[in-house]
Amino acid sequence: MQPEEQTITLDGQKIPFQPGQTIMDAALAAKIYIPHLCYHPEFKPHGSCRLCTVMVNGRYESACTMPAAAGQEILNNTKELNENRRALTQMLFVEGNHICPGCPKTGNCQLQAVAYYVGMLSSHYQHFYPYRDLDPSHPDYVIDFNRCILCELCVRASRDVDKKNIFAISGRGIKAHLIINSPSGKLEDTDFAVGDKAAFVCPVGAILRKRTRYTTPIGERLYDQQSIRIVGDSQQLHAGATKYGRK
Amino acid sequence: MSTIDMTTIHTTVQEITHSYAYQATELVQMLWQVQEKLSYIPTAAIDSFAEILKLPRAYVAGVAGFYSFFHDSPRGQYDIYFSDNIIEHLQGKPQLMDYLLQKLKVEIGKPRADGRVTIDNTACIGMSDQGPAMLVNGYTVTQLTQAKLDKIAELIETQTPLSHWPTEFFQVQDNIQHKHILLGEPLEEGLAIRVMLARGTDATLAEIEKSGLRGCGGAGFKTATKWAFCRNTHADERYVVCNADEGEPGTFKDRVLLQSYADLVFEGMTVCARIIGAHQGFLYLRGEYRYLLQPLEAVLAKRREQGLLGEQILGNPNFSFDIKIHLGAGAYVCGAELALIESLEGKRGVPRNRPPFPVTQGYLNKPTVVNNVETFALAARIAVYGGDGFAALGTKQSKGTKLLSISGDCLRPGIYEFPFGVSVREVLEACGAQDTQAVQISGAAGTCLSAKEFDRKIAFEDVATGGSVMIFNRQRDLLEVVRNFAHFFVHESCGFCTPCRVGTSLLKNLVEKVYTGHGTADDLKDMSHISQILKTASHCGLGQTASNHIADTLKKFPEVYRKRLLVEADFEPAFDLDSALEEARQITGRRDELAYL
Repeated sequence: MQPEEQTITLDGQKIPFQPGQTIMDAALAAKIYIPHLCYHPEFKPHGSCRLCTVMVNGRYESACTMPAAAGQEILNNTKELNENRRALTQMLFVEGNHICPGCPKTGNCQLQAVAYYVGMLSSHYQHFYPYRDLDPSHPDYVIDFNRCILCELCVRASRDVDKKNIFAISGRGIKAHLIINSPSGKLEDTDFAVGDKAAFVCPVGAILRKRTRYTTPIGERLYDQQSIRIVGDSQQLHAGATKYGRK
Repeated sequence: MSTIDMTTIHTTVQEITHSYAYQATELVQMLWQVQEKLSYIPTAAIDSFAEILKLPRAYVAGVAGFYSFFHDSPRGQYDIYFSDNIIEHLQGKPQLMDYLLQKLKVEIGKPRADGRVTIDNTACIGMSDQGPAMLVNGYTVTQLTQAKLDKIAELIETQTPLSHWPTEFFQVQDNIQHKHILLGEPLEEGLAIRVMLARGTDATLAEIEKSGLRGCGGAGFKTATKWAFCRNTHADERYVVCNADEGEPGTFKDRVLLQSYADLVFEGMTVCARIIGAHQGFLYLRGEYRYLLQPLEAVLAKRREQGLLGEQILGNPNFSFDIKIHLGAGAYVCGAELALIESLEGKRGVPRNRPPFPVTQGYLNKPTVVNNVETFALAARIAVYGGDGFAALGTKQSKGTKLLSISGDCLRPGIYEFPFGVSVREVLEACGAQDTQAVQISGAAGTCLSAKEFDRKIAFEDVATGGSVMIFNRQRDLLEVVRNFAHFFVHESCGFCTPCRVGTSLLKNLVEKVYTGHGTADDLKDMSHISQILKTASHCGLGQTASNHIADTLKKFPEVYRKRLLVEADFEPAFDLDSALEEARQITGRRDELAYL
């Protein structure tokens, strides 16, 4: 029995979808890359980074939160959308302190990989240079809040998978920031552990495993070899997920 | 203020949580209680809440950290906020604020050493028609003058309790200038409910449908359609929410309705509840209208006594409905229903993703109608008089009348009720505006109209508005307006999505760069592009409209920017080397020629 397949049209190409899938899910299943940072197939869609903004029947929507519906005409890989994605990436770069050559995550960082993909050659906007203290208190992890992009993947992973609620967001607007669930505010006073899902999901260099940061030399890392468009998300590869994208 | 010991704090939180039946949905209300008792929310109180309510500590801290009226360090015994809207700027607010700061010898945002007073800014508190205005410990003081501030300073220095301050300080005028069907004849209390019960819910909904009533908050969704969606969604419970979080700078019409027409509003909510089958309603009252809380509670109590609220309304055994007031805590974004519902559930006011829409999954994921104060008031009238009279007024797509909150450069600021379709020019004439340069319709997020557009009409099909009308004459510098709005959006962005969180700050910095004479043509290009990104990529309506004022003025009033640009350069770096050297000069004490560029 093969009922007529439901499809959406993405940049002129018809692709199938299953009921309940978002546009992002359907695109990735069809091996079409839509840039994203806060999306992760294992968690409830968030829609905060806005990189996956596409045009659906003439309206701007985030592909990761918009349910796929039969007959949608979607534009993704257009000059305008890609220019906006470049600007959004630049915004994330100037908001925090993302000094790639000095970051242990370089080559495995999705923000950096997306920046390559969208053709970002400079940060363009005025840097904010925030000053946020590091948290090196945990025996196995260090947190550099200066690199957090507020994707809330660690918040979701710790809450929904680890059931530990170790991370949350406080503040508002440009002062919104990641906080740790302990009276001291330090990671060492939580039960954060090496096996936690939340330890694997950071797309940037904000949550880093100690003593393993240079085991793979710079130049031989994931995105040093191939574009994120081909190879997919680093955190999923680290977490062993192979839902899509691995060549 | 001295440090309060941990045991006292824990006991306080125990009492508060007990009085709210340990409901985590009441967290914002409970945090208010702590702050009212202690002047701030100490870390120990966060710990106690987490322990007692069995919530993650960081969750409670995150909620407290979201709202601008909640503080994590002690405030003064008198906690003062000056309303920082552009209209009040034009009325002399900056000078008055400086005057009080000096008079009381206090630094902005910092409690005085003796803990007596704190003075700070806050976004528009809905008093533009009688500004400059301030909040003192949450209560509104209007029509500030230097003489009034002298008196206030004296009352503060003598530690006179607020209850002993002259009552006229706290009087808020309605300033109703033009009445029509909504503000006209008063309605007998309970009449809308009686007529609805006689007519039946289906027929009442049909009248609302026939009236063509659309949401008055600004979005303009058909009210009858919304109610029908909610009613037709299968669920064991439904809710009615009245959005009284009018935070759009320059609007104050809901204040007047809540102050003098509260019965009408509650009546509309009750009619809605009966139609959709809800038993619980909420009035989400913005924190800036704290002064209305007790009077509104009194109206609710009176209505319960009259049998118009509570169990068995008007003796109907299967008609029960009651209304709770939820006090906001300083967050413009909560005026957006998807954020309002989060806040109502005791969370951070970050707008939810949609779909699903609140009519199918709203408060506690149950079908929920969220409507503006004015919408409910109109619905009550339509329930009595039927839809035809209402539909006969207005335009093809915008039926009935609209309340406008008019402020700025005009002789008669206040509330004007006009049928939809009234032109901007007619509005300006009615309020006595002369030599008008620009009109900002629908608040900071709205549209800036130039004199060429004054024949445009107030209607959903032309200039849609939630009701704010701010008037600027030709003597005004529109870049001051832009600056004020740019700062407003930085303060009010919830921080969830990239374009709004970062883009509003970038825009503010660029506006400041132009304002201080360092802007170039390249900066204007950047402002246009960032504006476009905010509009197209933001998560919610706040971000999507947060750059309208810049896009509008760049297009319609380019000279406001161009006259300040550096003409000799295409580009000037935002980084100013000479001002960066100033710190080094100060440290080394060097003032010789070589220490400068």
